[in-house]
Parts: sequence; C-alpha cells; structure tokens
Amino acid sequence: MARRSRQSLNTLWLGLAAPGMAWMALFFIVPFYSVAAVAFGQVDPIRQSAVPEWNPRFWDFTLFTDVMDRVVNGDLGTVFIRTALYVVLAVAGCVVVGYPVAYFVSREAGKWRATLLVLMILPYWVSYLMRMLGWVNLLQPQGWMAQLLSHLPAGDRNWLSGQPITVVFGLVYGYVPFFILPLYATLDRIDGRLLEAARDLGATSRQAFWRVTLPLSRQGLIAACVITALPMVGDYYTNNLLSASPRTEMVGNQIVFFLQQTTQPQVGASLVLMLSAALLVVMAGYLVSVNRAQKLVTR
Amino acid sequence: MKSKPKLLASFTALYVLWSMLPVAIAVLFSFNSGRSRSTWQGFSLRWYWGDPFSSVWHDDSLLRALRNSLVLAVLTILVATPLGVGLALGLTRWRGKPARVANGILLLPLVTPELVVGTALFLVVTNSYAFLDLGRPAQLVGHVTFSLSYVVIVVRGRLLSIGPDLEEAARDLGASPFQAVRMVILPLLTPAIFASAVLVFATSIDDFVASSLLSSGAGSETVPVKIYGSVRGGATPALNALATIMLSLSMLALVVVFAIMRVMRRRQGDANAGENSLKELASW
Repeated sequence: MARRSRQSLNTLWLGLAAPGMAWMALFFIVPFYSVAAVAFGQVDPIRQSAVPEWNPRFWDFTLFTDVMDRVVNGDLGTVFIRTALYVVLAVAGCVVVGYPVAYFVSREAGKWRATLLVLMILPYWVSYLMRMLGWVNLLQPQGWMAQLLSHLPAGDRNWLSGQPITVVFGLVYGYVPFFILPLYATLDRIDGRLLEAARDLGATSRQAFWRVTLPLSRQGLIAACVITALPMVGDYYTNNLLSASPRTEMVGNQIVFFLQQTTQPQVGASLVLMLSAALLVVMAGYLVSVNRAQKLVTR
Repeated sequence: MKSKPKLLASFTALYVLWSMLPVAIAVLFSFNSGRSRSTWQGFSLRWYWGDPFSSVWHDDSLLRALRNSLVLAVLTILVATPLGVGLALGLTRWRGKPARVANGILLLPLVTPELVVGTALFLVVTNSYAFLDLGRPAQLVGHVTFSLSYVVIVVRGRLLSIGPDLEEAARDLGASPFQAVRMVILPLLTPAIFASAVLVFATSIDDFVASSLLSSGAGSETVPVKIYGSVRGGATPALNALATIMLSLSMLALVVVFAIMRVMRRRQGDANAGENSLKELASW
C-alpha cells in the first residue's frame, strides 16, 4: 500500500513537471543543439540559406575552421580581444563603484539601510533600454552632459560615436546594479562579531577590513564579477546605442550582424559556439573556485 | 575612524544620484513642450496625447509598440506561470535523479547570455521549426523560456518554507495526492504565484534581446525594440513618453510584488517583514 501511494505520488510530481520539462527540451536544449547543427551543416547553394545537419556523423567542419582561422589570425581576432578588454575594464569599474556602495549599505548605513536597499533594487526594475536612453539624451551633441564635458580639455567631441570610453562607461552603468546586489548579500551575512573580535585584538579598522571583511567577501566578489561578466560578453545593444561604430564592435555585434544582415548564418552560429565555449571555461573556473572554497570551510 | 563612514556615505549618495539622474532626466524630457530631447522648453503633455501626429496616443508605430509589449507580457504570464508552477511543485517534491538534472537545466537560462539563447531560438525557428513564425509566436516562446526559471525560483522558495507536512497531513486524512495539491498547496502558494506572475510581466516588458532577435519587422516591434531603433535618430520626446509609460508599469509591478511578499511574511509571523522582503527581492 505504502509503495503504491509513493508510486502514484511520483507520477503526480512527474505529471506536474512534464509540460515544463517538455518546453525546456523543445525551446532551450534543441535550439542549443541546432546552433551546432547549423554551424557544422551545409549551405543551400541556390537560396544561400543554412541547411542544418542534425546527425553528428555528417558534420562538416570546413566553415567552422575557416571562422576559427579568422578569429585566431584575422579580422575577427581583434573583435574577440576588444570584447575581452572592454568586459575586463567594465567589471573592474563595477568593482570600484560597486564594492564601496555594497559595503556601506550592508555595514554602515544604519537607519538608512532599508531606503538604500530600495534605491539599490530600483535600477533592476527600470528597463535597460530606458537607462541607456537617459545617457543618449545626455551625451548627444546638444545634451547636458556633452555640454558639460566640452569644457574639459579634449572633452569637445562626439561622445556617441566610436568612443571606447563611452562604451565601457555604459557597460559599467548598465550592469553595476547586478553587481551590487549579490555582493551586498554576501557582505550582509558576515558576522559583525568577527570584526569586533578583530578590533578587540588590536586591528585598526583598515586592517580589520583587509584581513577579515575582504577575505570573507571574496566568494561573493567573484560571484558578482561572474554574474556581471557573462551577460556583458553577449551585450551588443549598449555598444550600438552609445557608439554604433566598427571601431568599438564586440563579439555580440558580429554575431547579430552575421545572423540578421548577411546570408551567412553559419558564421554567426560558429561565433556563438566559440563564445559559449569561452564562457564555459569562465563558468568552470568559477565553479572550481567555489568548490575549493567549500572544501576549505569544511576541512 | 569617524571619517571613513562619512566618505563612504557620500560615495554611496553620489552613486544613487548617478544611477537615478539619467532616468529622471529622460522622464523630465517626456514632458518637454518643444521638440528637443536636450533643451528644456517648458512643461506640457504634448508628447503623451496633445500632439496630433507624433504623440504616443496619435503615432501608430508608438501605440503599436505599446500594444505589442502588453499583449506579449500578458501571453507570457498565461503560459509561463502554469508551466513554472508545475515545474516548481514537481521538481521540489519529487526526489530523483531526473529532478536534479532538470533543476540544473533550469538554472542555465539564468547564466547564459540572452544573446546565446536568442540566437539559438532564432536559428531553430528560421531553419527547423516550421510550426513557429518569427514575430509574436517566436517572441512569446523566447519570453516564456527565460521567465520559467524566475517562476520556479519564486514558487520553490515559498514551497520550501511551507514544508511537506501539511500535504502529508491532508493525505493521511484521506485526500488523494492530487486533492492535496489542489486543496492544500495551491491555496498556500497563491500569493507566491501572483508575485511570480507580476515578476514575469516586468521581465517581459523590459526584455530587449529576445524581442528584437525574434521579431519579424515593424509589425512586432515592442517598446524596447522601438526605443532601440529610434533613439539615435531624430526621435521626438514622444519616445521618452513611451519609455516613461513603461517605466511606470515596471514600478507598479515592483510595488505590487513587494506588497505581496510583505503580506506573506507578516502572516508567517515575521516581525521584520518589510526589510526581509526587500532582501528577498534583492536576492533575485
């Protein structure tokens, strides 16, 4: 009797989850596989469209190797390097802006805490495009910010055309809310008594920060960096809105270009595969570091 | 010692100002009485409905974008919420290896750049899935796919805090497993389900990448796609007005979700319901 009811219970849970699982299989897993099927597939010679090859036994790697070659030796390589550079700079910018803010809100804000927490959450809920629209308004040649900047030495230029600094700045502005909240959660969990103990044992507040708070928030800091870096790598809209110039193009721009504006979706698909592979390496590195940290704790 | 918090406090204040000001100025210019998006010429509602040609109310392309966004968001709620609630229930209570694998897969959309998910769907729709057209159907599929994870996270959080005791009690008292779900768990989950539906609404109306990659042209443009397409051209403040309308909807959604979560926590006897709800909001 007990076994039968357990079985019927499992059937119920399976039945409830099945539609959602089918959805994810059909619209998440198969599409992923289809990227490979297109990248390693054939091209219809007349319609110039992709013919996906679903059977790995017939996969054709010629085009993929061509694209790979362009990435390693040719024009696309610069785009990958530029993407990495912008993302590293923007994540560094997020650390510089976000760490002090997260630290203040979690540890020193006192009666302002709840208010500040609301203000940290708000940008999350404002459409990304709306936030960029704000900066386009401010930075266009007649905009208030552009006017202000034009008084600076070398500040009188078109800030919205091919300026790497605008793109990196836009990325920091766009993603820093996603950086602050996970970091805040980690800092908030640090036991205040540990800091008191450090102070009682003679550490200055600076030493207490460097030797207690920072090491304890290391995992949260890494997590926040990964969480912001991943979507940044695939970002093409910030770039198009704030620069729209080939001089600042990132991988995302190339992918969208090949998919939407050319008859070579396979090149786009190959780039998506390479980008995903690069991201997998980052993710794996992150998971290894989490794992190591957990072992340190349990040892 | 005292100077450090002061320095940090001013830094934080500057950050808040920096994060809010551009949005506030964009909202301000939606009320500009002139055509400029950078020179202030006085207050008017011209760009909302006053202007007979280019106000949001009278410009067909802006109104269509608004309608597309809202229809898409409502459809996404209708599909994603039941699917997600089913997944959350099934995967939380069912202890087996397949459930763990499925849980892992559900986390993937959260860490995969939307560009990758979007292009994968674009390729499969244009090359293989003949039953799915670019435009609203494909956009709906895209929005549902990444909304599902949010519904599962919110509903599962609530499910874990309820615990399995109540449904076990119901079954011991003679309810069938299905009755236990329908008569005990679902009523308890209602606030969480409602909150997740509002969250889905907010993510859907704010989404740009999937809406843009899976659109079929001007006819299926949503508000973010419209903003993206016209912000660099000579758009009028009507564009800011359109963005402001969407912003108000998002803020309304935020307030509703917060209110629901606070009520849920109050009922569970949480003395600090307000701040803890904020923390939960921050953890998404």
